[in-house]
Amino acid sequence: MFTIQINNRNIQAKAGETILQVLKREGIKVPTLCHLEDLFPTGACRMCVVEVEGMDGLIPSCAFPVSKDMKILTHSPKALQARKTIIELLLANHPDDCLFCVRNGNCDLQSLSEEFGIRQRRYSGVKDNYNIDSSSPSIIRDPAKCILCGKCVRICEEIQGVSAIDFINRGSEATIGPAFNEGLNVSSCIYCGQCINVCPTGALREKSDIKRVLDALNDPDKLVVVQHAPAISVSIGEEFNIKPGKDVMGIMTSALRRIGFDRVFDTSFAADLTIMEEGSELVSRIKNGGKLPMMTSCSPGWIKFVEEFYPEMMDNLSTCKSPQQMMGAVVKSYYAERENLDPKKIFSVSLMPCTAKKFEAERPEMSNNNIPDINAVLTTRELARIIKMRGLDLNDMEPEGPDTPFGERSSAGKLFGVSGGVMEAALRSAHFLITGKEMDDPQITAIRGLDGIKEAHVKIGDLEIGVAAASGLANARNLMEQIKNGRDDIHFIEIMTCPGGCINGGGQPIGKDLDAIKSRMKGLYQIDRDASNRLSHHNEYVNRLYEEFFEAPNSHKAHELLHTHYHKRDVMK
Amino acid sequence: MDTILDTILDKHRNARRDALIPILQEVQEAKGFLSRESVAAIGEILNLPTSKIYGVATFYNQFRFSPLGAQHVQICRGTACHVKGSAAVLDALERELDIEAGQTTRDGQFSLEVVACIGACGLAPVISVNGEFHAGVLPEDVNNIINSYRVDEEVQADAK
Ligand code: SF4
Ligand code: SF4
Ligand code: SF4
Ligand code: FES
Repeated sequence: MFTIQINNRNIQAKAGETILQVLKREGIKVPTLCHLEDLFPTGACRMCVVEVEGMDGLIPSCAFPVSKDMKILTHSPKALQARKTIIELLLANHPDDCLFCVRNGNCDLQSLSEEFGIRQRRYSGVKDNYNIDSSSPSIIRDPAKCILCGKCVRICEEIQGVSAIDFINRGSEATIGPAFNEGLNVSSCIYCGQCINVCPTGALREKSDIKRVLDALNDPDKLVVVQHAPAISVSIGEEFNIKPGKDVMGIMTSALRRIGFDRVFDTSFAADLTIMEEGSELVSRIKNGGKLPMMTSCSPGWIKFVEEFYPEMMDNLSTCKSPQQMMGAVVKSYYAERENLDPKKIFSVSLMPCTAKKFEAERPEMSNNNIPDINAVLTTRELARIIKMRGLDLNDMEPEGPDTPFGERSSAGKLFGVSGGVMEAALRSAHFLITGKEMDDPQITAIRGLDGIKEAHVKIGDLEIGVAAASGLANARNLMEQIKNGRDDIHFIEIMTCPGGCINGGGQPIGKDLDAIKSRMKGLYQIDRDASNRLSHHNEYVNRLYEEFFEAPNSHKAHELLHTHYHKRDVMK
Repeated sequence: MDTILDTILDKHRNARRDALIPILQEVQEAKGFLSRESVAAIGEILNLPTSKIYGVATFYNQFRFSPLGAQHVQICRGTACHVKGSAAVLDALERELDIEAGQTTRDGQFSLEVVACIGACGLAPVISVNGEFHAGVLPEDVNNIINSYRVDEEVQADAK
């Protein structure tokens, strides 16, 4: 520890810290555009510049370490002027599009130009004439709004291990895009949306399904069914200034009814169903010498990743559809039959913290007799937009319960929203399936938390099962390489595409920091701690579904409706 | 199988990432351009994503990503040509051919390339079509010059 001076105040700092880290800790706000927490700084945007006594020129605080007796001025006239000029230059060729922009009111560039009181265009550059890339089912790229901060490129490469996009050309021609500047649909992009969450502007956004959902809601011939993913109830509140991690499930349910959804179901019910199928599949693979390690299949970005980068390991993937798709399938089969409904007249909407789910819903395998299991997928952000559009506010509503039969869930199903949670839920039920007894302690602490790869060896009866949970596909890649290189003590692998799991999905509220992600995680653990039923195999309605319809997990009918298969994909990777 | 590409890549089986530029140059030299297949194959050898290779390749002006046309049009953008108005000539060429510099027309007849200096400064602004020089080109000459190379019979008849 040593002393430095910031804005004429003495402050303690540690060797190895960057100036920006110290500023953050001290609550001194310096704007950043290219900075990404925990990743190596690039110093590209220079928004974060400060004055340091004795040094020529301004210093980018995100990329510069503190040293003893350093004297820093964060808001000197020189620093402020430099930042203002950077913004003005960024605006020089920026479209005047705020009113029509998805990031209106939530855009770093917009709020910076407001903070700096920019009232006129001081420089005007040639407007770039870029095409909008809407080729993918999930992500829309609008390069005209890109300020070349490079965050999307780094998150895609360093966190997701995909590298679907990079800088193209240089100077005034520079842009961001996939190889050969083609559409994302022929690139290796797995549609995770992590790039959207870090983009400071409206250059990246999800492909919106709002219009199709509103049309269905207004169609008197349609029964509109909605399901909400486990991670949404602890994050949607943030769009209404409710603190991250607070479970607003009941309030959200009443909002959904007022919007006009005819049935409100809980994806966590389908997660319990997934556990029954996947747990049984695991047990059978272990007992019958099937392909191991078995890998979870509920994260569609991960599935595409395996199909592109590890096709030789497709047999390791569980054949289970994801909870979203299982819910879609049972709504249009069992439920339609039971309620005497024409599956063609059911419009099935799912609310997901995820952009890749849009892609998943469109996969041809995810339909039955040419009727798609799911008709439209909305991200958490899109849901918030619809709620606001209808003049509703989650702060002043009374909670309501979900609809039967697919509203009931165990808290194990709810854990699907966090990395390690599918594993935890599966082990709880596998224990029961194998030994006929419950685990002494259903909480498996070793696979909780935000670490990129978590491992444990779990005793189930006489079996010892090695398990690993990874999130962020760069971590998944690491694990895959270990397996390919002969590692054989792991029998069951859970992969979630986004770092930390769905709580940090690419469809979640934008502009949130690590603290928000941690709070969402805590929120889900809290729900699990307080739950009366923490075990998927004790979900009464799941059991009834087997009695009345599927007979047993992995039955012929279950295979038809709840399982799927995978395809090798040739993309530019 | 692409034997030209394979022979080049075989030499670089154990290459490291810093060999990227020389490999790109070698492949372009041999094949005239960098195809998607070439880039993917280079990526596999160097364990580099294609997006990265394309990014690096577009950073430098020397690489092209479509095959040369039957007629390869080069326009000099050296200082002398620039002073004599080659920017307007380039514009006219891009409009006439409906492609940008570095591209090839859909029918494969023409490709367009900007070069630094052909070394014919006395003739500025200068363009060359398959090695044939045209000196002192004005934007309004472009249409005639290009038409004289078109294989389309109608246009040639028109030109007569
Ligand atoms: S990206 Fe930001 S600044 Fe640009 S149009 Fe959208 S809201 Fe406005
Ligand atoms: S969606 Fe994911 S994989 Fe696709 S470009 Fe963005 S970060 Fe990369
Ligand atoms: S698309 Fe967004 S995140 Fe990517 S470089 Fe442009 S502004 Fe930055
Ligand atoms: S945030 Fe420091 S240079 Fe961009």
